[in-house]
Amino acid sequence: MVDFYENNNANVHRGVHSLSLEATEMYEQSRERVANFVNAKEACEIVFVRGTTEAINLVAYSWGLNNLHEDDEVLVSLMEHHSNIVPWEITAKICGFKINYVNVTSDGILDVKDFENKLTAKTKIVCLSHVSNVTGVTNDIKTLSKIVHDHGAIILVDGAQSVPHMKVDVQDLNIDFLVFSGHKMLGPTGTGVLYGKKELLQNMVPFQGGGEMIKDVVFDSVKQQCIVSWNELPWKFEAGTPNICGAVGLAAAVKYLEQVGMDNILAHEQFLTKYALNGMKNLSTVSFYGPTDLSKCGIIPFNIKGLSSHDVALLCDSYGIAIRSGYHCAQPLHQIFQLQSSARASFYLYNTTEEIDRFLEVLTELQTI
Amino acid sequence: MSSAVADYIARIEGTCGAESDIIVVLKFDKKDQALEKILKNATLKNKIADIIYDLTYEKYSFRFYASGKIIFRGIKNKQILNQILDNLLL
Repeated sequence: MVDFYENNNANVHRGVHSLSLEATEMYEQSRERVANFVNAKEACEIVFVRGTTEAINLVAYSWGLNNLHEDDEVLVSLMEHHSNIVPWEITAKICGFKINYVNVTSDGILDVKDFENKLTAKTKIVCLSHVSNVTGVTNDIKTLSKIVHDHGAIILVDGAQSVPHMKVDVQDLNIDFLVFSGHKMLGPTGTGVLYGKKELLQNMVPFQGGGEMIKDVVFDSVKQQCIVSWNELPWKFEAGTPNICGAVGLAAAVKYLEQVGMDNILAHEQFLTKYALNGMKNLSTVSFYGPTDLSKCGIIPFNIKGLSSHDVALLCDSYGIAIRSGYHCAQPLHQIFQLQSSARASFYLYNTTEEIDRFLEVLTELQTI
Repeated sequence: MSSAVADYIARIEGTCGAESDIIVVLKFDKKDQALEKILKNATLKNKIADIIYDLTYEKYSFRFYASGKIIFRGIKNKQILNQILDNLLL
């Protein structure tokens, strides 16, 4: 990114000067790298956005406002991050469609029977996390996607917690929309991706208007109005000057992850999770939520008896250990677990067993409070 | 909150979760000075390794962390928090 700003910084798809052409080349090469990373058929199926939240909002507005009507239903699970609930609640108030929520069992697993029961002929879209950001539970997207398509609906998959940690192949999983964030996968903040099947994106209206996303803006002097036509994919959805350097940084992160190998990353995280769980299970005042087997990604939600999750996080912070506390933007799941909040330890490819040993020492010290 | 007290404080944030605790983040270069004042004005209930201080002030309990963060519990009203901070840090 430093190299980009020092040597290639210019706006994209605008100028004919060399610097602009270089920047455009780098920006579009970044899109191709991301497209290959998730095995999209074409690079034009990749839209750069600010993050997962913006990607879901884009779909909720651009696809939802034109495809969802009063008698329609949207299926959302109760394990979702707020960013996969709130956009649908907002657009439901505009369009009048109904949102059905799929139950999650007390151990944090998607209730597949409830999923099938609530998936009706009226369901137009299913919005589901690939991996829960609270428990690390991984949903079987391939199976669920088939069920969804058999009912004539489409599926949006929140890949914020899966794409950074495992190989995600949109064609193999038959995903209609996949959304994820750059900052969760070693990329810069303010970057994210919406993958959408070309035929879906083509039939959607733009999310925002401005430069770049238009083909023509022709003033009709008789009608006294501008006749606007949209640009081609994916630029139709990238109004204004995009986060060019962010996209270049995201592509660099993708390249690094590919070099390490997604299977290696997943295996490393699962090893660390097992290592941490084995240590934590020896601490008598620690409670866990969700499954504690290897079907999950590197996330351990927990509480310590007699302490708020924030106390746990603040004490860890005193030792330079960063863990999250609170709802993790997933309040409905905490209602299911009957929790006021939880602490969450999470691991990525850069974490080590030595760091977990230190974490366990701090947790042991917390037992004495 | 008086401006003298505000000078100790970098940020005040509500926690995420049903507990509705409040975290007061002290300016890093003022945290030791703040701790001295707090220890004079509040009652120390427990101390662990100079890292955690369990304290009470009137009916309110709070915990001071050596990293310069204070977590207050059960305070719903910002005016009450400001008054407590005034009393602890002035």
